[in-house]
Order: sequence, then C-alpha cells, then structure tokens
Amino acid sequence: MRFYEFESRRLVERAGIPVTKYGFAKTADEARAAAAEIGGPVVVKSQVLTGGRMKAGGVKFADTPGEAAEHAEAILGLEINGHMPVGVLVDPKAEVEQEYYAAVLWDGRAKRPMMLFSDMGGIDIEQVAEEHPDHVGRGHISNLHPIADFRAKETVARCGMTGSELGRATRVLAGLARLQRDYDMTLAEINPVARLADGSFVALDAHMEMEDEAVGRHRKVLESIGVDLSEPREDYEPSEFERNVKAIDSADHRGVIQGKDHGFHGNLGLVIGAGGGSLTLTDAVRSQGGKPANYAEIGGNPSVAKSKGLAMEVLKKDGVEKIAVMMSIVSNTRVDIVARGVIKACLELGKDPAETIAIFRIPGAWEEEGYKILDKYGVEYADRTTSMWDAAGTAVAKIQGGAQ
Amino acid sequence: MSILLNEDFTFIVQGITGREAVNLTRECLDYGAKIVGGVTPGRKGREVHGVPVFDTVEQAVEHHGSPPDGAVATVPPAFTKDAVMEAIENGIKLIVIVTERIPRRDVAEMVELANERGARIIGPNCLGLISPGVAKMGGIGGPAKDARKAYEPGRVGVMSRSGGMTTEISSSLTAAGLGVSTAVSIGGDAIIGSTYAELMPLFEADEQTEAIVIYTEPGGRMEAELVDWREANDSRLPIVAFMAGKFMDDEEMQGMSFGHAGTIVEGKEDSATEKIARLEAAGIPVVERIHEIPDVVKEKLGG
Repeated sequence: MRFYEFESRRLVERAGIPVTKYGFAKTADEARAAAAEIGGPVVVKSQVLTGGRMKAGGVKFADTPGEAAEHAEAILGLEINGHMPVGVLVDPKAEVEQEYYAAVLWDGRAKRPMMLFSDMGGIDIEQVAEEHPDHVGRGHISNLHPIADFRAKETVARCGMTGSELGRATRVLAGLARLQRDYDMTLAEINPVARLADGSFVALDAHMEMEDEAVGRHRKVLESIGVDLSEPREDYEPSEFERNVKAIDSADHRGVIQGKDHGFHGNLGLVIGAGGGSLTLTDAVRSQGGKPANYAEIGGNPSVAKSKGLAMEVLKKDGVEKIAVMMSIVSNTRVDIVARGVIKACLELGKDPAETIAIFRIPGAWEEEGYKILDKYGVEYADRTTSMWDAAGTAVAKIQGGAQ
Repeated sequence: MSILLNEDFTFIVQGITGREAVNLTRECLDYGAKIVGGVTPGRKGREVHGVPVFDTVEQAVEHHGSPPDGAVATVPPAFTKDAVMEAIENGIKLIVIVTERIPRRDVAEMVELANERGARIIGPNCLGLISPGVAKMGGIGGPAKDARKAYEPGRVGVMSRSGGMTTEISSSLTAAGLGVSTAVSIGGDAIIGSTYAELMPLFEADEQTEAIVIYTEPGGRMEAELVDWREANDSRLPIVAFMAGKFMDDEEMQGMSFGHAGTIVEGKEDSATEKIARLEAAGIPVVERIHEIPDVVKEKLGG
C-alpha cells in the first residue's frame, strides 16, 4: 500500500524522527491558516499518488499566507496524471545546509532488511551508488533481535561521516529502521534528510510503502493518521472487468479467480490458471502471435458458478469472440467443474460452446469426467500429451482463422 | 536416494483439521507417507484419517517419542509464524509452509530462527516436495494416483516457484523417460525459506540426481544467486531453466504483479529479459517451451 506524502510524514513523526513544522490542508483557508502558523515563506505541495508533481505545477512557493491560499486553491483543482489531489501539504521553505539520503528496504537475497545511508541526498540514489559508491553506506538488520543503534551508526560511518553529524544521522536511520519493521514497510525512505542551519537533522520528504499482506494488522495506526482504508490505492483505476471478476470472487469462498485487463487489448479471451500456469500460457499465446484480451488466474478448486462467472466476464468484453480455457496439470482444481462452468457461460450468453471455446486444455484431477462433458458439447480438448504451448497455438490459429 | 525425504521420514501436519489439510493428509498417507500426528489448538483427542490430533507440537513429539523429521504448516497467515516457531523450538528440522499471503517480516523471522537452530524451511506459498516412489510431503501432485501418473522416479531434480508448474514440468520429464529424483515447490513469495542456490548442495550430494530443471518468474534475485553458487562450487549438475512471465516486461505492465506475490519487479535486474540473459551467459539454457525441456536435458546428459 502506498502513502500520500502527508501520511508518510505523520508516520515518520510517530517514529520519533524530527520533522519541520507542517500542515495538511483540504481547503485554501486551511492552507492559509497552516502557512500563518508556520510563519515565513512556505511550499505548497499537491497530495497525489503519482510522480511528476513539480513539472505539472503541483508544487508552488509562497511568501505570505495569502499567497499560500491562492496556490492551494489552484493546486486543489489541478489533476496530475489522472489523479485529483486529496489535499495539500504546507511546509516551511527550509534553510538547508546539506542533504542526505536514508532508506530501509528488503534485501531478498540476504532475507533481511538493509539500511542505506548517503551524504549525497536529494538526488537519485541509484545514480549516487553507481558514480560515488564510497558515499553510500549499507548495513543489514537481524529479524530476530531488537534493532541496535550501533548497526545504524556503522552504516552512516561507512559513507565517511563523523563528528556530531554522525550521532544525529544515526538517530534518524535507527528510527527509520524501527519504523520499517514495526509497520511492515517494503520501502521506508527519507530523501532528503536535511541538516538545517542550526545543525539539526530533519526529514524533509518521506516515501513509504506498506506490504499489502500486513495492512490488516496496522488498521488502528493507519486510521489514526487519517488513512481511509476503503479508498482504492492502485496505480490505475480498475476496469469494469476487473471490478466484476473481483465481485464474483468475493461472493463465494470456494477457490479463487482473478482477472486483469489493464494493458491487454486483444480478441482472445483467456480463462487460465493457476499462478505459474497463467504466466506461462499468456507468454505462449503472445509468442505465437495471439492477442490476449485479458489475464486470468483460476486456482484452489472454484465452484461451477465461479468458473462460469469468470468465463462470462471474459466473453462479455468488447471484441472477444473466443476463449481459450487452459491450465497446467491440476491436482486440486477439478477439471469437470471448470468444464461445466465454461460451458454454462457460453449457453447462458446464447453462444455455441463448440464454436466459442477455442481449446480446453486442463489435465489432472477428474479429467475423465471433464472430457465426457466436453465431448457432449463438441468442444475441442487436449490432455497432458498436448503441451501448453501447442494448446495455446491451437487457440491462436482458430481465432486468426475466424477473423479472416 | 533423494533429497530431504526418505522412506522412514516422519512428519506432523499443523492445522490438520482445516479443509485443505484434511485432503493433504489423505493424499500423503495414500502415497505412503508416515504422518505421526496433527496439531490444531483445542482439538486434542480427535483423529484425521486415523492420525491423532494434539493441542501442541510438544504433545505430538511426546506421543511419537522423539521429534518427527518434519512438519507441514497449513494454518491461517496470522498464526503461521507462531506455528512454525513452535515446530522449530520443538526440534523439528524440516518445515514446509503451505500458507499464502504471509507478511515478509514474518517469513524473514521464521527463516532466521530456522538458520539459528539448524532447521530448514520450504515455502511459504508452496505445495511441498515429492521424491517419487519414496514419499510426498504436502499437496504436490495432488491425490496419490495423480501424483504417480506425473512423477516417476528418475534422474532429474526439479525446483519451481510455481506449485502447478512443478507437476507440469515433472510430467514432461516422466513422459520422456527421464523421471524425477526429487521435485521441490519452493514457493512464489519474495522471501522464501530455501532458494535454488540453497537446495543445490543437497542435489549435488545426491547420486540419483544427474541434472536440474528450474521454473522461474520475474521478481527477485534468486537466479543470480544460483549462477554465483554454481560458479563458486564447480557443480557437476547441468541446469535447464524455464522463464514464465515475459509479457510483464512490456511497458504497460510496469508496476503490476501477476501470479505470485514475489513477481513484483523491484529493480531492472528483476525483469525476465535480464534474468534470461544472466542465466544464458552462465551456460544455463532457458527454453521457450516446457515440452522442449526433456530434449535439452538429454542433450546435456549426453544422450
């Protein structure tokens, strides 16, 4: 789950990491009040879950509260990359002496979180790591033991820092490491961490991502920082197909179906599974010149109604004439149940299953029963002696033949 | 021979009274597995297909007389970490975690504890492992009769991030007369207990295994780790790979995840194209079609 900048700021603050005085405003008047409270020049920043705010005019500087209100008014009505802001963040225009970079993220290979610290902050960290590797300190954290400050100190010292700055930076990084663990963040990044004129360190901009699987156990904290958990936070607006498949899936606890069509524009509907099988089959269709209309996953032995539901949604999509029903060898999902489901979907939409189902290739549990049903309706099917690649090829050939 | 399992291997099933666990227990027993107990808190005194149910792992160990060799954990995600730690602290050395959607921090904690105690975790989000004709631990291959159809004893070790594809690939090896030594469904999450490279030393030491087939996907750096291990250890085993999810490299698919939780591409090196290039450069052929795997393996084995 992604966070707005103001939510990340609140999380950082909760973790005891110093931040500048700031305000979150949903109206121009609130922005004026926040600017007056801060005093002096401020920055007004659009709160959207997308990049490129600066370029789009979503970040503006103001010298007076009145000016801050004007900017807020404009920014609140400004759509950026298809996203409307949920408010603005009002920040003091900080007098920064130096910028640093701090982050904690998962190192999958070490199976531990990794701390990163650099005294070259504010810019792209990957570029720093490439051009100035001695300015990036790295250090791993044990998953079992309490997070020790000295691990953060070692990491900061590895980028060459010393003096009073070492201790101040260490406190920020250790705090961030605890935040990453306590809140199940896949990414916890402060860029930049700033050293102000008085020598103090503050987090100026933070970027947090919480693992979706863990959101449930942080409900209380999320609500306390103002997160509305009913609001979708996907990178893109789900399509009608995606919403419908999700609704069918949650209406029935037996088995799992998933469907995505973002980025798919073809004419061959895919009723496929399971996780790895779906990836393999989507590649197989595309590599043989086929154009999938969607991506799907069937798993965990869904009911007839659920299989039917997925097939119907795929068939209802614009431009879809045929569906390919394919899976890797199944051991849990029952072949006959999926067969019943997809045939029912065709019949209910007034389509001939033999014409509509380009190929049925699901070998495995209850296959004999499944093949009997398919025989009855004249649907072409294949068993495990036909490879996934060849089954996909048959479907592609049929739909291309039909389009001519 | 085989890796991890043998004919005398004993294990318990944690969460044994759940619907999925009941099926899994039946399938494993039918395949000849020695399931010596089950654990579901509050259900002590029941039986599942003749297997006695206990409240704690400690009771199951006591009943058996010593810690069983393994445990299959199939409990809800919120309780998995505790269940696995219970198994490890009671002396169990091989734990297969079937459960999906466990937060990464929990997985990392379990794996680190396992390392400290000399235990091994397979999964999470996996179907377990099978040594054809010897034993099966987990839902892999399904009911015993289906498992026998897809898996025959043989020369090739299989490791796969997808449970279903483990069977699809093994079935093709069986049909080609090569057969399978041990097949491990390693799990589809971003952090897992045993990676390709971490299982390689076991296959290397197994006389029955003459070649390795891996199934992989975008996301993570597990292939790089495998390549490094192979080069550092001068391995005798040829490896053949299959990569699914090439379509995820398309610009329109950026930032989306398909299939497993672990397919989230977090860096350039995680993409299918990069991984294929790295494997091929290390002398590990990446085939485009599953059914080509047996021929490429045969070629590597010298006919």
